[in-house]
Amino acid sequence: MSKLVIKNGRVVDPAQGLDRISDIAIENGLIREIAEDIDATGSEVFDASGLVVAPGFIDMHVHLREPGFEHAETIETGSRAAAAGGFTSICCMPNTEPINDNATVTSYIVDRARRFGVVNVYPIGAITKSSAGEELSSMASMKQAGIIAISDDGKPVMNARVVRRAMEYARALDLPLIEHCEDLHLSANGDMHEGLQSIRLGLRGIPRSSEDVMVARDIILAEVTGVRYHVAHISSQHSVEMVSFAKQRGLSVTAEATPHHFLLSDSDMPPYDSSYKMKPPLRERRDIEAVTQGLVSGAIDAIATDHAPHPGAEKMQEFERCPFGIIGLETAVGLALESLYHTGKLPLSRLIQVFTQNPARILSLDRGTLRTGAVGDVTILSLDRKWIYDVNQSPSKSRNTPFNGHRFRGGPLATVVGGRVIWRCGG
Amino acid sequence: MRRGLLDIESLTRAEIEAVLARSKDFQPAPGQSFKRFDILRGRSLVNLFFEASTRTRTSFEMAAKRLGADTVSITASSSSVSKGESLVDTLNTLAAMRPDAIVMRHAASGAPHFLSRYLPIPIVNAGDGTHEHPTQALLDARTILDRRGTLEGLRVAIIGDIAHSRVARSNIFLLSKFGVQVVLCGPASLLPREMAQMAPGVELTCDMETAIRAADVIMMLRVQLERQHSAAFPAGEYFQFFGLRPEHVELAKPDVVVMHPGPINRGREISSEVADSQRSAILNQVENGVAVRMAVLERVLAA
Repeated sequence: MSKLVIKNGRVVDPAQGLDRISDIAIENGLIREIAEDIDATGSEVFDASGLVVAPGFIDMHVHLREPGFEHAETIETGSRAAAAGGFTSICCMPNTEPINDNATVTSYIVDRARRFGVVNVYPIGAITKSSAGEELSSMASMKQAGIIAISDDGKPVMNARVVRRAMEYARALDLPLIEHCEDLHLSANGDMHEGLQSIRLGLRGIPRSSEDVMVARDIILAEVTGVRYHVAHISSQHSVEMVSFAKQRGLSVTAEATPHHFLLSDSDMPPYDSSYKMKPPLRERRDIEAVTQGLVSGAIDAIATDHAPHPGAEKMQEFERCPFGIIGLETAVGLALESLYHTGKLPLSRLIQVFTQNPARILSLDRGTLRTGAVGDVTILSLDRKWIYDVNQSPSKSRNTPFNGHRFRGGPLATVVGGRVIWRCGG
Repeated sequence: MRRGLLDIESLTRAEIEAVLARSKDFQPAPGQSFKRFDILRGRSLVNLFFEASTRTRTSFEMAAKRLGADTVSITASSSSVSKGESLVDTLNTLAAMRPDAIVMRHAASGAPHFLSRYLPIPIVNAGDGTHEHPTQALLDARTILDRRGTLEGLRVAIIGDIAHSRVARSNIFLLSKFGVQVVLCGPASLLPREMAQMAPGVELTCDMETAIRAADVIMMLRVQLERQHSAAFPAGEYFQFFGLRPEHVELAKPDVVVMHPGPINRGREISSEVADSQRSAILNQVENGVAVRMAVLERVLAA
């Protein structure tokens, strides 16, 4: 009988409209009660005075690289980085080797996660076989094996007929379809956002339109098929507007944004620094404002990291040869606090909602709240702790981040999964 | 220029003026050959070309030799790049042999900038992808100065595939620093609107006559078919609308200077009559290439 009592924290649970100083008791992995002055005799006690106690944060978009690219990340190292970032659940994209496009691979990931994962790991299955965009993957069997959504992330499904059929099939399975929105003909092997900066640097541009036309196409098809449709890593102004429009039409359309897309623009990149190279690319000031505004208005539902580990040697090449992506699990919460909460743009309960209740709702996960009887996943935050990110201390195997050395105000202090404190700041 | 020469954009006007002034000392007197100096005796230079080049590589080699430096030239096909070695490893290997500088051409934009973060020795950019070609802009400026005496207030038309041209970028940055009115002209699909914001004094047009009217200098760019996506422009009508012909030249100032970084495609972007005319400075550009590169190498190596 394991018992944990988290005492005197500011308990914020948007799913219950809760925001008050309280204790939380977790027993046998489940939330037993939220009340004042809970008797902690015989329990492990966590003093959360001056801290925020929230439902466990969920990152619905990470790359764990296992199986196949274990030199970049594994389920174990990626989930340790997640814990150190305050996340209790992470959803891993299928672009491994082999690609998670069948139940055997799904089962392998589920099994490895059970043995080596320190947080909950939910696999996402491929939409198409080998994510090649042609034949549908074995979605129903993968669902039985444990996938919670489908996506060909890293690649779009370019063929509109294929994505339509996938949406129809996924709808019957109640699986959300997550699209990496990029028209490959328009992005044409681009390396960064198309604009004045790409022109200055002589780098091939990825225009906003490559994202926008796919978001538009998919919203139309989502209405036709009735699928639960989710836009991954939204980055452009028009795309945010279109998602907002789809919501107004009552469609089941959701979106996530990454911290780098509401924090950095293309002109923040030191010349040819591959730590700033990702897809979608860092765009311009007006896109940053649109993404931020989307989080404020609710057009964008969730913050996700798109944690994309790449070993140093792969990022230490000519810019055009470097792979896309940055790691983000340990910096996401701090960056969100910095640019959304401390600036007064998003109240604390809304900020917590986009990390908890909303991703749980999108993915139909039985998590994201501190209701009595819910799983005892808790994220404990400090709103004001000053700290500096040192990527060389990261549990992740990779170091590709533009935020090394960044000074933070506020961030995760402890991570509790199923009633067990699995990570403590400095611990 | 402590760290070599990576691009024009980050240079000050004074730094550029110093190179241009010094290059005059290295120009041969009319009808004579280049003088030899021993300013860089005992210094060694590696010319590392990852992209085909005849004139730029030869020009750097001649410049180094005329200053008394030892040079080694390497082309990508004969280097270990073809064996799968990374660019950083290749450069580190060369750097371990302690040359005093590396002159480098590479097909990837920013390759020299990337390397300069990891290598302790100076790098001179001899053209990186579609980014910059700084010594080309310097020799172009030298050539204009030889004919006009000043850059200030001139009107320079740059015509061709602007989007993919490193020559255009370096010239835009350089000329703008000297108060030149720069008119960029080409097919609209090769002329991104954002280019007007690259530097002060830049304007865009898709009309050849507008670009050339009252121009002091016409710089034609090579149509780089190797960099094209097939859909970028209708190649079949290119010469008709963007090829430089004698009737165009009449619209410019009477003493207009016609330039081209070479190699020229006769009948594709420039007619033979214009290329071989009195107004053409194409061979002066090549000659100035050596003098300007001598001045650059002296600054980079003579420390």
